[in-house]
Amino acid sequence: MNYNWNWKIFWDAHPEGTGTYMTALLGGLGWTLSTALIAWCIALSLGALVGTMRTTPTKWMVMVGNAYVELFRNIPLLVQMFLWFFVLPEMLPKGMGDWLKQLPNAPFVTAVICLGFFTSARVAEQVKAGIGSLPRGQTMAGTALGLTLPQTYRFVVLPQAFRIILPPLTSEFLNIIKNSAVALTIGLVELTSRARSMQEFSFQVFEAFTAATLIYIIVNIIVVNLMRLLEKKVAVPGLIGGGGMMGAGH
Amino acid sequence: MFSNFDFNVIERSWKYLFFDGMVFTLQLTALAMVGGIIVGTLLALSRLSSIKPLSVVAGGYVNLVRSIPLVLVIFWFYFLVPYIGSWVIGIFSGIAPGAVAWLLDALGVRWTAGQPIKVGAFSSCLITFIMFEACYYCEIMRAGIQSIPRGQVSAGYALGLNYWQAMGNIVLPQAFRNMTPVLLTQTVVLFQDVSLVYVLSITDFVGAASKVAQRDGRLVEMYLFVALVYFVLCFGLSSAVKKFQNKIAIIR
Repeated sequence: MNYNWNWKIFWDAHPEGTGTYMTALLGGLGWTLSTALIAWCIALSLGALVGTMRTTPTKWMVMVGNAYVELFRNIPLLVQMFLWFFVLPEMLPKGMGDWLKQLPNAPFVTAVICLGFFTSARVAEQVKAGIGSLPRGQTMAGTALGLTLPQTYRFVVLPQAFRIILPPLTSEFLNIIKNSAVALTIGLVELTSRARSMQEFSFQVFEAFTAATLIYIIVNIIVVNLMRLLEKKVAVPGLIGGGGMMGAGH
Repeated sequence: MFSNFDFNVIERSWKYLFFDGMVFTLQLTALAMVGGIIVGTLLALSRLSSIKPLSVVAGGYVNLVRSIPLVLVIFWFYFLVPYIGSWVIGIFSGIAPGAVAWLLDALGVRWTAGQPIKVGAFSSCLITFIMFEACYYCEIMRAGIQSIPRGQVSAGYALGLNYWQAMGNIVLPQAFRNMTPVLLTQTVVLFQDVSLVYVLSITDFVGAASKVAQRDGRLVEMYLFVALVYFVLCFGLSSAVKKFQNKIAIIR
């Protein structure tokens, strides 16, 4: 097929002036990772809060939690990006909206907030499932010992639930890295967007996308292995797949 | 708060939004679901196959696609499909030139050996979403197949069935039945994912809304409306799936 392969392209100067194509891609990776990491902090804290709310005996808390999750799960991420980026500044009082629009890094800030909220709904689902997987007797035992309900959650339920849901949380973290690519639609120059612009400038489509793909895979492998280490470290002894006797065999 | 908004823009453009945009989105979702489940099931069978190269290739493909963003997959296929298409046609026209020429004529594709073919926006997106969602459907089907007791397959073989008969008559019907709710949930995700064809400037539902929004300078009204429509549809669909799941649940 008449396609001119040119793998040396990565060391050519980027037409936008800041180094080579390679440094441009790596800079994109920097944006991808920083967006994903900060958004992950939001997602984890909000998700833990909302997920916990949905397991409490208080009815209105459950309803608010459910509504929150349904809201963020039933609108496509792309549309949510547009809502945060184009719609929110117009809905706020004029001064605040203008301030938001003039932020030096508006796409980055918007992407972080959007991904944070979007992923928090998914984290909330996992947290709820994790708490639900614990025997009910543990909460009862906690309150019977004289702990208040918040104390029971803090010292008995949540520490176990989080350790149980580490594997699904890992895949949510991988998802947030992948989903950050959607932010290219609001102008964030993350990895996929840099690969796309490299293709537009140099016409070396397949080299650009191969490089981006490889970088994503490497990031994936690193994250998966780090999380595996963490899982081993915090495994609940005595559970299947946990540490202790069961895990000793292999 | 809404005093200086002009919700008339929706009244003026809803026909375009639904008959051009939503029809594209729904067609793409439906066809990609059917194609994705078929390809996904084949991938799952390959992953579980005892033929080592087959399971390695299928597993590698599924893991590769699942570790990169959909946006990047869309870009990949947008540029790859013309080349792969031309290559595949080249192979088949070596085997059966008459049939291939007839098929190309029927599809309206012009092909010259060694040149990338021209593929329309819809076909390109369809191939992309089939090949992308197939990886997710594959994992669902794999879980479904693996949940069937091995003894049933052995019983099938003992009765003299071959692999395809055992799969087609014993394993797959049960796997489909057990996994239908999960497959449908994945389809709701697919329906939301289709909005990402926006990156290719294609007029799906979001694309149509964004064109009207930019023409009339009515971003706020349009995007709020789009979000509302998606929310109603997805919420309705996933509630229906939940009801359906309770209805078909096998009491064990």
